[in-house]
Amino acid sequence: MNILDLPTHPFQLAVSGWDWTHDGWIVVAGILCSLSGSLLGCYLVLRRLSLLGDAISHAVLPGIVAAYWLKIVAPFWLTGMFASLPMWMGAVGVGLLTVWLTESARHYGRIDESASTGIVFTGLFAIGLVMVVRMADSVDLDLSCVLYGDIENVPLDMVTYWGWDIPRGVLASTVVLIINLAFVILFRRELQITSFDPGLAGSLGIPPAWMHYALASLVAVTSVSSFESVGNILIVAMFVVPPSTAFLLTKRLPSMVALSSLIAIVSAILGHIAAITVPSWLGFGGTSTSAMMAIISGMFLVLAILFGPRDGIVFKVYERSWLATKILSEDILATLFRDQEQNRPERTAAELRGHLLATPWRFRVAVQRLIRQRQIDGESGYLRLTNEGKLAGQNLVRAHRLWEQYLSTEVKVEAERLHSQAESLEHFTSRNLREILEAETKRPDKDPHGSPIPPEV
Amino acid sequence: MFQWPLDYNLRVVLAGTSMLGAACGMIGVFLLLRKRALVGDAISHATLPGVCLAYLVGNALGWEEKSLIWLLVGAAISGTIGAIAIVFLREWTRLKEDASLGIILSIFFGIGTALLRMIQTLPHGNAAGLEGFIYGKTALMVSEDAMLIGLIALATCSIVAILQKEFALLCFDASFARSQGWPVLALDLLLMACVVSVVIVGLQAVGLILVIALLIIPASASRLWTHRLNSMIWLSAFLGAISGVAGAYASSRIDRLPSGAAIVLVALLLFLVSLVWGKAGGIWWRFRGAVIDRDRADVEHVLRGVYELLEAANANPSLAGMTRSQDVDPKALDKLRHWSHRRLNQTINRLRNEEAIIGDNRDRIALTARGLRLAKESVRRHRLLELYFQRQAELTGEAVDRGADLIEHDVDDQIMALLESEFGSDLGVPESFHPLPSDGLKLPAGLSQVAMESNAQSPNSSERNPNGTGSIEMERGRSRGDSQ
Repeated sequence: MNILDLPTHPFQLAVSGWDWTHDGWIVVAGILCSLSGSLLGCYLVLRRLSLLGDAISHAVLPGIVAAYWLKIVAPFWLTGMFASLPMWMGAVGVGLLTVWLTESARHYGRIDESASTGIVFTGLFAIGLVMVVRMADSVDLDLSCVLYGDIENVPLDMVTYWGWDIPRGVLASTVVLIINLAFVILFRRELQITSFDPGLAGSLGIPPAWMHYALASLVAVTSVSSFESVGNILIVAMFVVPPSTAFLLTKRLPSMVALSSLIAIVSAILGHIAAITVPSWLGFGGTSTSAMMAIISGMFLVLAILFGPRDGIVFKVYERSWLATKILSEDILATLFRDQEQNRPERTAAELRGHLLATPWRFRVAVQRLIRQRQIDGESGYLRLTNEGKLAGQNLVRAHRLWEQYLSTEVKVEAERLHSQAESLEHFTSRNLREILEAETKRPDKDPHGSPIPPEV
Repeated sequence: MFQWPLDYNLRVVLAGTSMLGAACGMIGVFLLLRKRALVGDAISHATLPGVCLAYLVGNALGWEEKSLIWLLVGAAISGTIGAIAIVFLREWTRLKEDASLGIILSIFFGIGTALLRMIQTLPHGNAAGLEGFIYGKTALMVSEDAMLIGLIALATCSIVAILQKEFALLCFDASFARSQGWPVLALDLLLMACVVSVVIVGLQAVGLILVIALLIIPASASRLWTHRLNSMIWLSAFLGAISGVAGAYASSRIDRLPSGAAIVLVALLLFLVSLVWGKAGGIWWRFRGAVIDRDRADVEHVLRGVYELLEAANANPSLAGMTRSQDVDPKALDKLRHWSHRRLNQTINRLRNEEAIIGDNRDRIALTARGLRLAKESVRRHRLLELYFQRQAELTGEAVDRGADLIEHDVDDQIMALLESEFGSDLGVPESFHPLPSDGLKLPAGLSQVAMESNAQSPNSSERNPNGTGSIEMERGRSRGDSQ
C-alpha cells in the first residue's frame, strides 16, 4: 500500500478521508483537463479571444445532444473504440461552425466580433436546450452535469486497457492533452507569429485564418472531452485564468506557457483538497470539485495582481511610497539648509511638517530615515542638520538654484514657474548633471532670485 | 364586460417578458455600440454567487425561502461587484477587455456553483428554485415579478431617455468624450449598472446564460434596419418585446419547449430576417443592388459594343432618316468582352423589350432611335472618362480603356458635368482612342453606301474639339480618310 495511507502521515491528518485510489484519479483528471485548457488558453488570451472558450463550450451543446442521440439510435456499430467517435466529430464540427458563423455574422451583420460571438453561442445553446428537453425520453443527458461536470464520479467509470484500470475520463483527457501538446509544440512558430503579428504571418505564407480555425477546433475538442469529467465551469476558467495570471507575471511566451501550466496543475491539486476540506469547515456536506479548482486558480490571479514582480499593486504602491518618502526627506534637508543659510529661527518638527504639507505618518518615516542616516538629529526638540546632512542639503539647494538659473537663461521659463519646476527637478539631479548645468549656465554665482549658488561638496 | 384573451397567468408572463425584452433591447444598443456586447455575459454569470449567498443568509435568518426580491438584491450586489471588478482589471492591470470578462465570468460562476452545490447538501434546504436562475423559469412568474420587471424596465428607459446624448457620445467616441471633460468612467459604470439591473430581472425569466442573447440579438438586428441611434433604440426595444411575447407564448402552447430558449430562438429568427431583409445592409438588398448594377453594366456594354461595331464601319453612326441602324452580328459582340452567351442574349432581349434594339438574336440586330440615343450616352461617358484618364491621370494604352470600363457605370451626372466643363460641353461623342473591332458588320451593299454618305454629310463632332491631342488627330485623320 501507499505510504500516504498511513493514518499518522501529516497529509492524511490534514485532509481527512483522502483516498489515493479515489481522490488520486480525481486530481489526475483535473490536472489533465486544466493543462489542456491552459495550454490553448495562452494563445487565446494573447489573441484577445479569451471568451472563445466560453462561447464554444456553450455552443457544443447541440453537438453533444446529437452525439448522444446517435449513440442510442445506432448502438450496434458505435461500440468499443468508436463509442465516442460521433462526439469528437461533432466537437470539431461545432468548433468550426461556431467560428465560421461568428465570422459570417460579423461580416454580413456589420457588428463587432464580441456581438457576433454572443449571438452565435447563445443561439446554439438555446437550440441545444430545446433538444435536451425534447429528447429527454430517449437521451439521458443531465444538463447540470454538462455545466458543472461530474468529476467526483470519474473514478467510478473504469475501463481496462492492456491490463491497467484507468478511468474513462482520464483516458480521454490524456488523449486530448497529447493532441494539444503536439499542436502547440509542432506549430509553436506559426502560433507565435499569428498571435503577435497576423500581417507578418500572412506575408510569410502562414495563413492566420487557418491557425484560428485549428485553435477553435482544439478548443471545441477540449471542451467536449472535459464536459463529461470536469464540466464546463472548470474548462472555461482554465482557458482564461491561469494564462492571464501568467501573462501578468512574465513577458515571454515560453515562460508564460510554462507558468500557466504550473498554475493549472497546482490549482487542480489544491482545488480538490479545498473541495474536501472547506465545506466541512463551513458546515456543509460537500461541494463541486471543479468549481473549487476554478476558484483556486482565481486566487492565484488575485495573488499575481497584488504581488506580481513588475505590475503587482503592492509593489507599485511600495515603490511610490518609497519615492515620496525619499523626496520628502530631501525636502526636509533642503529646508533646514536654507533656514541655516538665512539665519532663520529653528523650527520644531511640527512646524516643519506644516511648512512641507506632509502627512504625519510619512513625515515621521522620513525623519526617522534621516536620523538613521545621521543626517539630522532631533534630540534637542528641534530638527538640526548634522555635518553630513548639511552637505547633502547644500547639494540639493545647489541643484535647485542651478536649475532655476538654467531654466531662466536657457529655456526662458517665466519667473513665476521657475521655482516649482526646479523643485521637482532637484530630486533627480546627480553630481554629474550639476556639473553640466554649471558649465551650461557659465558658472553663475547667483540664481535668478539673487540667492547665492553654494559650491559643490 | 371586456373579456381578456388568454388566462391571467399567461397574461402576466407575457407582460413581464415583453417589458424585459424591451429594456434589454434598449440597453443592448449601447452595449453593442460600445463594442462591449459580452459584458452582459460576464455580469450575468457574476450574479450567481449573490443569489446563493442571499439564499444562505435568508435561510440562516429563518426567512421565507424563496423571497424573489431578496435573492435579486443579492444578485444585484454581486453583479455590481463583478462589473466593478471588470473595470478594475481593464483599467489597472495589463489584462485586456476580453480576458477581464473571461476571468470575472469564470471565477464568479465558480464561486456561485461551489455555493450552489454546498446549499444542495443542506439537509433541510430546498435549492430547486436556485437552479432556475441558470436556465430560467418563466412559467412560474407571478404578477409581483412582472411588476418588478416593469418597474426596472421603466427605470432603464428613463435613464436612457435622460442620458441618451451622453451615452451616445460614450459609444461613438469615448476618447473625445474624455477630452471634453465628460466623466467617461462614471458613465461606463452607469451603463454597467443598467446592464446589471436588466440582467437580474432577466435571470428569473430566461436564465443567466440566455439573458445575454436578449441584450445582444435585438440590438444587432435593429442595427440592420437603421443608421439612426434614436430609431435604433426604439426598434431594438420593439424587437426585444416581440421576442419576449412570442417566445413565452410559444412555450406556453407547445409542449416541452423551454421558455428561455424559445425567446432566444424567436430573437434569433428576427435577427436572421433582419440579416437578409434589413433595409440598412441586409444581404438581400446588397445582393439585389449588386445584380441591378451588373445588369445595368451589361446593358451599357452591349449598347456600346453595337455602337462601336457600327462606328468601325462608318465614322459616326446615325440613323439618317431610317427607323433602324445598320445590322450588326451578335456573334461579333460575343468577342468584345468576356461575357457568357446566356448573359449576352438576356441583355439583348431586355434591350429589345425596351425597344432599344430590334432584330433577332441569331443573325442580326440593330439599334432603334432610342437605342442609338442610349448608346451614344454610354459611349460618350466611356470616352470622356478615357480622355480624362489619358490627360489628367496620364495613363496610356490598355489602362485607359480598362480604367474607364471599371468606373463608367458608377459615374453620375455631376461627375459628367465636371468632365464636360473640363473638356468642353459641345464635345458630342469623342472618337475612340483605340482601334475598334472591324468585323461583324453585315452591310447590304446598297444600305452601306447610303449610310456612309449620310455620315459624311453629318458634322463630325470631334472636329469641334478645340484641344485634341496628337493621338486624336491621328485617329481623326484615319477615320476621315476612311469615310471619303
